[in-house]
Amino acid sequence: MLAAQLQPLAASVFSLIAIASLLLAFVMLGSRWLNDYLIAFAAESWLIAILSAAVGYYGHYPELYLIALLTALFRGLLLPYLMLRIVRRLHVDRELHERLSPSASLVVGALLVLFAFVVSSHLGESLGLAGTVAVLALTVMLSMKLIGFLMLVVRGEALSQILGLLVLENGIFLGSQILVPGMPLLIELVILFDLLVVVACFGVLVRYLVTHTGTSSTHDLRRLVG
Amino acid sequence: MIGILLAVILLAPLAAAVGCMLLPQARATEFLNLAAAIAVFLAVLRLLPLALSGPYTFWNGYLIVDPLGAWVLLSVASVYLLASIYAIGYMRAHKKAERLHRFYALFAGFALTTLSGPLMNNVGVYWIAIELTTLVSTFLVCFELDRDSIEAAWKYIVVVSGGISLALLGIIFYYWGGSFHLGPTYDLTWSTLRNVAPRLNPTIALTAFLLVLIGFGTKVGLAPMHTWLPDAHSEAPVPVSAMLSGALLNTAMIGIARFIQIADAARLGTLPRVVVVGLGVLSLFIAALFITRQSGVKRLMAYSSVEHMGVITLGFGFGGPLGIAGALYHMLNHSLNKSLMFFGAGNAMQAYHSKRISRIRRVLCAMPVAGLLWLAGAVAITGAPPFGLFLSELTIMRAGLMGSNAWATFLMLALLIVIFVGFLNHFRAMYFGENAVGLSPRASPFKFHLSIWCVLPMWMALVPLLLLGMWWPHALSRYFAVIATQLSNAGVP
Repeated sequence: MLAAQLQPLAASVFSLIAIASLLLAFVMLGSRWLNDYLIAFAAESWLIAILSAAVGYYGHYPELYLIALLTALFRGLLLPYLMLRIVRRLHVDRELHERLSPSASLVVGALLVLFAFVVSSHLGESLGLAGTVAVLALTVMLSMKLIGFLMLVVRGEALSQILGLLVLENGIFLGSQILVPGMPLLIELVILFDLLVVVACFGVLVRYLVTHTGTSSTHDLRRLVG
Repeated sequence: MIGILLAVILLAPLAAAVGCMLLPQARATEFLNLAAAIAVFLAVLRLLPLALSGPYTFWNGYLIVDPLGAWVLLSVASVYLLASIYAIGYMRAHKKAERLHRFYALFAGFALTTLSGPLMNNVGVYWIAIELTTLVSTFLVCFELDRDSIEAAWKYIVVVSGGISLALLGIIFYYWGGSFHLGPTYDLTWSTLRNVAPRLNPTIALTAFLLVLIGFGTKVGLAPMHTWLPDAHSEAPVPVSAMLSGALLNTAMIGIARFIQIADAARLGTLPRVVVVGLGVLSLFIAALFITRQSGVKRLMAYSSVEHMGVITLGFGFGGPLGIAGALYHMLNHSLNKSLMFFGAGNAMQAYHSKRISRIRRVLCAMPVAGLLWLAGAVAITGAPPFGLFLSELTIMRAGLMGSNAWATFLMLALLIVIFVGFLNHFRAMYFGENAVGLSPRASPFKFHLSIWCVLPMWMALVPLLLLGMWWPHALSRYFAVIATQLSNAGVP
């Protein structure tokens, strides 16, 4: 287990990056502007890339450098670019249809982080890892998961929903870098590519959505019930 | 030999998918896809007895052939074959010739991803196969490109991707728990996971199990994560609905069956099985509510899928040789029967130009033969004898009464009766009901001509269903017994 035997410097670097990513998730939650979402998402991806490289360096996993590079390329550049194209095509620059105002969702998000902390400290205690960076990684992983679901629930704009899904995935990816840095390279690569395919599919679907239903808000999709 | 069969199973749909994109004539793509379906079906039939002495692994251990996987492949391949035949008649009537080659390319691609799921030995790769099925089938769901189908596709991809990401989290938890014992880097195959399960920290093992159960349960369509299912099943073109219901759900169900085994091996007490059984009962309950007051004919079939996935989940949740045998038998029976039901619904939609039950009246006058087949299918799907589903449901109930979750058996029985009444009441209205006031003359008796491609697969589904209901082959019992031993023997070396 890497997290239990880290030098203090490495542990603090990891913690710093994890907490910064969580803060960026809150930036997304607290803003109405789609551009803010995109920038926050790109920054978060870059942080994860740095984290991969740092874990590779301190934990001696050379293959993580490759993952870091690909994360930066795919998640940091390509995905934001693809989504920027979607934003341009939609002519929508802000979230108009939220069910919960940004300030209220910040409060709910904070409660979710508390919940994630309770769960992960319980897990950490049962493993004898209390107080290590593993508990923090778990907390951030679960919080980003919950915040992603919160975004899916309260935001209606098509792009916000895609970003919500990506935040879910970012959380998993971030946590897995710290908890299971030795995960086979193939799996990580395939998950990265999978994400690219997901976003490409969403791109096509958004185009259909706008062309054939004349809306980019998923709150208007309410005909199928019962 | 098995290697060659595997190559056929995976390469035939791949070749068909590529070929359909390249071929310009719509007619040629129909038969290319059908040829792939026949090849896959024959290969799976041949694979079935060979897999019995498995498990075998191929391709550096990434592919696995075991009896459980082969059995699921059989139901997937049967539905793929039936749906490919039906698609010829149904899609011709739809007159979208210029996009037909895309339909068949996606259809073969969907079959490829669905067929590859049960063959995956690495848990992470299995997850990716399931995710890919979602991505491919999204475009089949919205193939008709109208408002409703795009809404359904959007809900489908968002709900299922979100749900299945929980399963990924669970898999990472399993990997993390295993890394305390196996070192930081190892291949997370089903057998590794089963072998390390007794040594996993119970808190991690339980959290991970609940996460994967919710994640793959979303894909299986267990209530309360079923919300995408009625929309996607009702808006997709009929052959796709049959594939979604009869093939895709089973592919995800195999993951749940394997994770239940891992939870058993981890000795987590009764909680995992209680949760599984609870989800099964809840699915039956939700299905009973929505079936009784349903107004759309395809949504009726979709909720019936929720019901039957609940029944299969109950079978695996009860466990034991009987429960597993019942669940597996139910899987095949449900695949055949639900294909039949969707085909019948598709025929009715062609004849009456509506999905609403209230618009479909006097089916027997409009199409005597296909109508009778559909009616027989409706009797079968509610679990009435002498069809296969009666036998499998009875077996699952017997397993339930023997186990510790007997309460669920009584609930299951009560809900199945409610569903029987509710489901057949819609058919009574469609077959023998009076025309509602103010209905278009279309609903009055007229004769509708159906293409042979639309009726033939109904026979092909009903005849085996009847056979399986009257005669449970001895060879199958032995087959199920092997699977049950493999699934319950916690794999401790």
